Amino acid sequence: MASGAISNAVIEPPRNGALLRALNVARSYRLGEALIHAVHDVSLDIRGGEFVALLGSSGSGKSTLLNLLAGLDTPTAGAIHVGGKNLAELDPEGLARYRRDTVGMVFQSFNLLPRMTLEENVELPLRLAEVDRSERQARVGEALERVRLGARKQHRPNELSGGEQQRGALARALVNRPAILFADEPTGNLDSVNGEQILLLLQEIQNSMGMTVVMVTHERPLAERFASRIVMLSDGRLVG
Amino acid sequence: MKGRDLTELAVRNLREAVLRNSLTTLGVAVGVASLVAMLSLGVGLQALASQRLNKSGLFDAVFVTARRGRGMGGPGGGPERASAPNPAGKREVAKPLDEGSRQEFAKLADVTEVYPQIRFFTDVKYGGASFSTNVLGLPESSRATGSFDGMTGKYFSSPTAEEAILQAEFAKELTAEPATLVGKELVLRYAQRNETSAADIAKEKDIDKQMDEMMSGAISIVTREKKLRIAGITDADPSAGVGGFGGGRVFVPLRTAEALHVAQPNDVQDFVRAGGSNKPTYMALTVRVKSPKDVTRVEEAIKKMGYSTFSLLDATRSLRLVFTVFDLFLGLFGSLALTVASLGIINTLVMAILERRREIGVLKALGATDRDVRSLFFAEAGAMGLFGGIFGVALGWLIGQTLTWGTTIYLKRQDLPGVKISHVPWWLAGGAIAFAVVVSLVAGLYPAARAAKLNPVEALRYE
Repeated sequence: MASGAISNAVIEPPRNGALLRALNVARSYRLGEALIHAVHDVSLDIRGGEFVALLGSSGSGKSTLLNLLAGLDTPTAGAIHVGGKNLAELDPEGLARYRRDTVGMVFQSFNLLPRMTLEENVELPLRLAEVDRSERQARVGEALERVRLGARKQHRPNELSGGEQQRGALARALVNRPAILFADEPTGNLDSVNGEQILLLLQEIQNSMGMTVVMVTHERPLAERFASRIVMLSDGRLVG
Repeated sequence: MKGRDLTELAVRNLREAVLRNSLTTLGVAVGVASLVAMLSLGVGLQALASQRLNKSGLFDAVFVTARRGRGMGGPGGGPERASAPNPAGKREVAKPLDEGSRQEFAKLADVTEVYPQIRFFTDVKYGGASFSTNVLGLPESSRATGSFDGMTGKYFSSPTAEEAILQAEFAKELTAEPATLVGKELVLRYAQRNETSAADIAKEKDIDKQMDEMMSGAISIVTREKKLRIAGITDADPSAGVGGFGGGRVFVPLRTAEALHVAQPNDVQDFVRAGGSNKPTYMALTVRVKSPKDVTRVEEAIKKMGYSTFSLLDATRSLRLVFTVFDLFLGLFGSLALTVASLGIINTLVMAILERRREIGVLKALGATDRDVRSLFFAEAGAMGLFGGIFGVALGWLIGQTLTWGTTIYLKRQDLPGVKISHVPWWLAGGAIAFAVVVSLVAGLYPAARAAKLNPVEALRYE
């Protein structure tokens, strides 16, 4: 079963209008006696095919907002609509399917599973999506070739450089052909050269696959260079 | 996630923390081994007891006597033996236990052998001296009873051999060195029943006697001698307790004994009751069935045919009950070790959750459902149970074999034959593995539920 089909079944990227819509979204945590408002009353529209950078300093709430949009967390107030569907209406199983079929995730610390080879790491989303074994190998090979790691597929993460690990993580995020790619500080653990390479690769993939990219970063120059739109956050609120 | 993927991931995860998971699996294996060793002892001892009892011929046999007055010997000599009045108040005529009834019994389903009890008093002549004793005819099936295991000499060469096996105590009376008797000959002196035929009556010269014989029939008893070769000497008493009919000290093949037409205690009584019929009847017949479970049915069928029966089936039922309780207790003690092992599984999996918190977060971020995560931990627990179960069964079998080996050495030092005290049947091996898997899955319930409930954002934040 092709995951692209599942992806389309769950989220139909609109031809016009917003693919992702956050309406008065808030997320607060209780930390002892104190109530922390990580995201406060954020409304945001992201159109299909956009490369949006969520820019802000540490603690501004940009990663929390990204987690909410990616369906990893649920807002305490407001609503998030993806392809016209309210994520709040999805049960945990539905949210898992949304993350599996519609979303791809890249993290600052790569998060490749150390027990597995690069190939097995990239294959993991296909296993979760119950894609046929016969199809998996071709899809994994294709994703690794796209990030230029075809020759390293038998290596474990600890045998790869930071840049290679992040490219591997990118291949894993792409293998299910998601409609939206969320990247949380993808260059945060990389030197400037490797960071730039990753973003060039991300831009290239976004252009060729026509996907929507939402990237969290605190580096304004990178955001300005690669993103088609910058959304600023400060103290959990949108500031521009 | 598909079952095969789940299994692959679970096995891969188990391989990664090989030392800890091996130790946990070993814990399960020791638990299963203790369970299997205990139960295999129970099963082995039960099988040994059943085998010995079955071999004794007590539990797969129905003892049949004719329904008639008391005092004819045999186990059923109670009120049932008296001919019972029928509902109309008339006394039924007892059916004789003769060759016809023997053949009828042999035709019943699951009957393997029907033979009479032939035992008679004799004088044994050996080395110029005379010794009084009892002779017992042994059916062919007595060879398999185990009574002749380890005997001096050999069992009868054929069912009609003119051979005798002596009971060791009796052999000692004949000579100080019983082993030297094997192959030698002895002479049996016995009373033969002789039916007087019509031709014999016609030869009678005294016309009054001839008339009497014609009116009433006649039997006579004459003394005969038979030369037999001593085939062997046995320590055991092969007839001990068989139906409570008492034993013999000289054993001959049943067909050889039958051919002797020895006068039996019931001959005179039958002659009187039957008003002079010269048709021979049996004092009692033993009907042997395929297995003890067939006894009740065959016994009922024979009763319906109008004979008295007796079997020791109740004793086997009690034996089964005793062994069931015994097995239950052994199983309970064996299960204690497995319970301790299940705590090891819980501990290992809870530790694994702490260590793999971030991995669980990644899996959830990639789209794993709560059920996927739960199933993964379940599969790991199940795999530990499966491997532990298989290894445990092998270990338990080995313990049982070692116990059998040790017991055999001990018994042989006591000049006793070795016995197999432990037995692992397929149902025990399969059941123990299944039990180990179930216990492991139950142990994995809590860790799996805890892993499934992890918040992905918090799990990803975990260092």
